[in-house]
Amino acid sequence: MTVMAASGRTARPTFGSALAKAFLYSFLICLGIVVLYPLVWMALNGFKDNGQIFGDPFALPSRWTWGNYVQAWNRGVRDYLVSSLLVTVASAICTVLISAWTAYGLTRTPMPGKPLVVGLVLGGLMLSPTVALIPLVRMLQAIGLYNTYWALIILYTAFRIPFSTFLIRAYMLGLPKDLDEAARIDGASEGQIFWRITLPLCQPIIISCIILHVLFAWNEYLFAMVFTNGSAVQTLPVGLTSLMSKNGTNYGVVFAAMTISALPIVLLFFAAQRYFIRGLSEGIGK
Amino acid sequence: MEGAPLSNAAGEPAAKAGRPFRHWSSLRWVAGAVILVGWFVYYPIVDNFIVSTTDEDIFTGETTNIGLANYERLLHDPVVWVALWNNTLYALISIIFQVGGAFVLAALIEGLGSERQRRFWRAIYFIPSAISITVTGLLFYFIYQPDIGLLNAGLRRIGLEQLIQPWLGSEHTAIYAIIAMSQWQGFGYSTLLFAIAIQKIPRDLYDAAVMDGAGPLRRLWSVTLPLTREMTGLMIIVTITGAFQVFNEVMVMTAGGPNNRSQVLGTWLYQQGFIQNNFGYGAAIAAVIFAVTMITGAAQLWYTRRRRVEL
Repeated sequence: MTVMAASGRTARPTFGSALAKAFLYSFLICLGIVVLYPLVWMALNGFKDNGQIFGDPFALPSRWTWGNYVQAWNRGVRDYLVSSLLVTVASAICTVLISAWTAYGLTRTPMPGKPLVVGLVLGGLMLSPTVALIPLVRMLQAIGLYNTYWALIILYTAFRIPFSTFLIRAYMLGLPKDLDEAARIDGASEGQIFWRITLPLCQPIIISCIILHVLFAWNEYLFAMVFTNGSAVQTLPVGLTSLMSKNGTNYGVVFAAMTISALPIVLLFFAAQRYFIRGLSEGIGK
Repeated sequence: MEGAPLSNAAGEPAAKAGRPFRHWSSLRWVAGAVILVGWFVYYPIVDNFIVSTTDEDIFTGETTNIGLANYERLLHDPVVWVALWNNTLYALISIIFQVGGAFVLAALIEGLGSERQRRFWRAIYFIPSAISITVTGLLFYFIYQPDIGLLNAGLRRIGLEQLIQPWLGSEHTAIYAIIAMSQWQGFGYSTLLFAIAIQKIPRDLYDAAVMDGAGPLRRLWSVTLPLTREMTGLMIIVTITGAFQVFNEVMVMTAGGPNNRSQVLGTWLYQQGFIQNNFGYGAAIAAVIFAVTMITGAAQLWYTRRRRVEL
């Protein structure tokens, strides 16, 4: 992995390579500041009142009180967070189960028209939610799902099945089949083989799929904005914009709400980085 | 299903004659996915074309078939051309930063001495990508504000007062300000993907290059670049597809304004379909997005197929 800085290790340390190293690190650090400072500014502004926010934007908060955070929480963020959690968890479970189920059928069972099914399911990867938007609104209104959690759960599941199936299928194709065959000879049913053997073997890719789905569902905005309009079912991304229009003059509360909604997903990313990266490299690398 | 035929190594089950019902019954494994994807992903796309040939009277709810009139209207709608240009700008600038820039950055990071350091920098740069575009969009909405914003205050502090702008309020800078936010948010993601691709390059290739006396730049150009070509190609295609589907950040930051100068196809579709209630015309705009994503999608298929043959 010695791509650039190798000169520092393989060749003798010269003045030039030391200088290059100094440049490299200053660049990485500056870029890190550009990336992180806006986020720190957001969290810090959550501690400020309007007077301070309109003052020097680089100043630290004069008092470290959680007032804005508490207000943001009580004025809607709690409800949005509950909606987001519900929609995210429910759609993650549905997506991963249906996708694993489908991947099993596509890799382990004799099925007529298999290439057709593969093409149909994976072809969904190319279709974008934006294009389906107007017909979906009418459809969901017609079947009475408009402005319900179900609308988001079903849509997030349907639009993410292609990607999850793609990942899990690729993983299942690489799994040895000796165990299934042994179980089948011992009289296990297909259902038993799926639940007891194949699904547990797929655990790493299942976790990756869940992480990628959570990242998508937690942050999704277009569907959530179009298909919900009451604060009772709004998820965080949409709730934030309505919080903004309701408390538009009280900036500190808005900054606090933004910070609260960003935090869980950043923590999740750090906790599950390994699985996340696996999902990405499987998804793009194939 | 205990009597189901055994599968062969390629994952294609060996077909056995005489028990066709078992074959058909295995369709139950895929039924859920086929129904959901068919109903909520494919059918709306087909329906979109039907809607795009109609005009709906919002008062009476009556729809009339008007053929291709909505598409003709597209050609004469100046905002559509602004939007198309903005989407194209989005694609071009994103290719520079999120493909070109991310590639170089990934190579720099993967060249660092210890795995702990590499992991640290990849994670730091990735953080904005984990956060929802609504949050980052709102954040930059504030950063670009003339009165409380970080950007103008920063420019003032370093003595570049002549550059001070109402970034999102000006017709000339709004779309660039939005695209800049998007680069800030997205480059860490593509850096991570390039880092994964670079990690797959066998080490001995670099050792051999060092023995041949190749310097760092030479190794970047002659080893890293050609061996991550597939990833680069894919990233370009994915970036273009994404650029033509942009919606969230524009919606949150300017909603297409001022004076429709920062409209993209997605927000113009929303404006027409849901604010003006021109479902038919909105659907015609959606069809343009569909056409672009189909072309890039076909390019992607062709690219991955070709690559598979090469390997």
